[in-house]
Amino acid sequence: MHRVYASRLTLHALRLIALVIFGLTLPAHAAKIGDLAETNIIEQAIRFFTFQDPAVRYALAGSMLLGITCGLLGSFIVVRKMALVGDALSHAVLPGVAIGFLWNMTKDPIAIFIGATLAGLSGAALVTLIKQTTKLKEDSALGLVLASFFAVGICLLTMIQRLPTGNKSGIEKFLFGQAAAISAADVRLMAVITALVIVAIFVFYKEFLITSFDSTFAQVVRFPAQLIHYALMLLLAFAVVIALQAVGVVLVSAMLITPAAAAYLLTDRMSRMLWLSALFGLLAGAIGSFFSFLGPNLPTGPFMVLGATTVFLLAFLFGPRHGVVMRWWRQRSRARRTGRENTLKAIYHVLEARDFKGEGVSLRELSERRRETIEEAKTQVAELRRHNLVTLHEEGNLAFLTPAGWQLACAIVRNHRLWELYLTNAAHIAADHVHEDAEKIEHVLGEEVVRQLEKRLEYATTDPHGRPIPSLADMRQGGAQTGPPEELLGYGKRV
Amino acid sequence: MSNLIPSFDFHRVVISPWTTELDSFGWVVLMGFLVATACGLVGNYLILRRMALVGDAISHSVLPGLAVGFLVANSRGSTPMFVGALVAGVFTTILIEIIHKKSRVKQDAAIGISFTSLFAIGVILISLYASKVDLDQECVLYGEIGNIWIDTPFQVGSIILGPTAVVRMACVTLLTLGLILLFYKELLVSSFDPGLAYSLGINATAVHYALMCLLSVVVVSAFESVGAILVIAMLILPGATASLLSQRLPIVLCLSAVHAALSSVLGIHLALWLNCSIAGAMVVTGAALFGLAWIFSPSQGLIRHWTRSRLEGPVPAAGETDEV
Repeated sequence: MHRVYASRLTLHALRLIALVIFGLTLPAHAAKIGDLAETNIIEQAIRFFTFQDPAVRYALAGSMLLGITCGLLGSFIVVRKMALVGDALSHAVLPGVAIGFLWNMTKDPIAIFIGATLAGLSGAALVTLIKQTTKLKEDSALGLVLASFFAVGICLLTMIQRLPTGNKSGIEKFLFGQAAAISAADVRLMAVITALVIVAIFVFYKEFLITSFDSTFAQVVRFPAQLIHYALMLLLAFAVVIALQAVGVVLVSAMLITPAAAAYLLTDRMSRMLWLSALFGLLAGAIGSFFSFLGPNLPTGPFMVLGATTVFLLAFLFGPRHGVVMRWWRQRSRARRTGRENTLKAIYHVLEARDFKGEGVSLRELSERRRETIEEAKTQVAELRRHNLVTLHEEGNLAFLTPAGWQLACAIVRNHRLWELYLTNAAHIAADHVHEDAEKIEHVLGEEVVRQLEKRLEYATTDPHGRPIPSLADMRQGGAQTGPPEELLGYGKRV
Repeated sequence: MSNLIPSFDFHRVVISPWTTELDSFGWVVLMGFLVATACGLVGNYLILRRMALVGDAISHSVLPGLAVGFLVANSRGSTPMFVGALVAGVFTTILIEIIHKKSRVKQDAAIGISFTSLFAIGVILISLYASKVDLDQECVLYGEIGNIWIDTPFQVGSIILGPTAVVRMACVTLLTLGLILLFYKELLVSSFDPGLAYSLGINATAVHYALMCLLSVVVVSAFESVGAILVIAMLILPGATASLLSQRLPIVLCLSAVHAALSSVLGIHLALWLNCSIAGAMVVTGAALFGLAWIFSPSQGLIRHWTRSRLEGPVPAAGETDEV
């Protein structure tokens, strides 16, 4: 048993170390740029935090707005298992961006917005059509549409770049994002869209919720599920388009998926998930715009994505309910408690075998009982002592149960025997088949269930094998004594 | 608008590539064909195993592997590049598996999270070390297939075989073809019926990871020519087009090679005409071929679909079984 824990421990430790190293590489690189132009970075950081520069204000406001929008809509995407639809949609907007730019050869937010939304929606519609009319599965359809639209966009962009006329600066920023390129007009558009998304979610919360979690029920109560789906796609296209400028086409999907997935790990309630996800999106946006501001040619999107990924990693590892580390810790403490309870049971058995005569249980008796080495018995007893369940005497060779230990030992043996009796009496399982099951269940029976079992079994006093079941009185009896008991009292030896 | 699309100069677009400019043009076409074939062959299995988007994820996440490979070796050597990309590719699959298995995040979100994070790391590394890494953001997006013929020639003894990149890609394509022929049965059985594969003693996990390794190798060698994002089109389009036209795997494999050849030749002509990114034009052509197959396919085509539904009333949608 212990070896299994040890190997699991090392495995987890290695995993942790790998993650730490993975995380540390980034600051290391940042330090390297610092060597090159240290004053520059600090100056830029000060410029960022004083918010005097309007460009900084626009970049930060825009990034945070898009973080909120993407976080909110991403929650629905994640619970609907449509994460990669978001990815396809975000790649599919590229030709629309190029066409919107071609409309009057400038980076007009409205034209680009309309073009990109139409392109994204037609991409999504095409995916549905391919899925409905051919045998291709959803993943192939998504990949196909994503890549084809993206290729059309790339062709158009390269064609635009060799055009002699027009102010084409900034069009290539749509690929990896540059928050510094966000203008006041962009921020206004973003604010409008964010408000629209928030209002839409607020007003149609019930509709979105029901179609996301129980589509059958939605059909039964005649919800227009299709309509809601398309409405969500439209909002999603809006979110992707306003995020383009800061995050870039390639990484928008991360802003939809990652904050929402982190929130999904932390809560089971949709309303709380929406809050958390919007908060994480906002954080990621702020982090991204800050870091990309530090260097002259740093793209914003990747930093935002890494900010979101950090939040996700933290939730993945340390989330109180679903976090890997927390779950591992819970499993480990449960396993150790089970181990302790098994040792106590063995001590009880030793005492019972000699009619509760004699003072303590020697390590030798214990190891013979459990068919293990003295060393193993020693570590087990030491573990009990750490939890004040036994006291050790005669150089650690003799273990006396403390009152608490005695109570716990009685409780475990009682649980075991009660369950055996219950299985033979109520479930009619042969008496020689019930032990294995009782070995597991004895650790998880609560007091309330025990009371019910006792009642159901009419306060029986012996188990199917004819051994006495410790009663409440026995437990109290043990508890009343102080110090190592002269004679432990078992069932049938009541005072 | 008028100068966006240049006039169609027949001689410049169609004749001269095959006559006066064959020296450069030939290598570009060959390279395009090799990339599309290697990707298409592997892609068929991705489509069958419903892992098309894992392919997308790997094609994005080889980027940090490449960047680290460049930084470590400090040159554009092919070995560290391959090793880095291979490690990154396999790491992505493992990462997706860990996130998916160890938490309640579903597989689609796990894919989205892992590849975007890795790609972001790659982009940041490239922009931080732009001067050291001989890779720029443009190359990541479009690839540089147009310049492939300038690459240093690869020599065996005194015989010049061709540009190194093309020779390397030829090796990768042959390797892919060889492995698929060699392990045809294993791939077939484990793709269609994992239960049967298990009872035949085929280690499905090993097949899975071997396929992922092969995918990483193919993706990284295609990267140079078509960039990180268009690879996914090369992976899926040939197989998807072929699977609309036939149900038998050997025929599908052959058809996807035909699709690869057609899309590379026609795509390069398109790029010459429009004067745009060659890789982009190749994918656009491939998508157009897919569109044709979709409309005219004898069994699943749109025309067939519509005429049948008019004759027999509404038909059940083909993709009904796996709705979102």
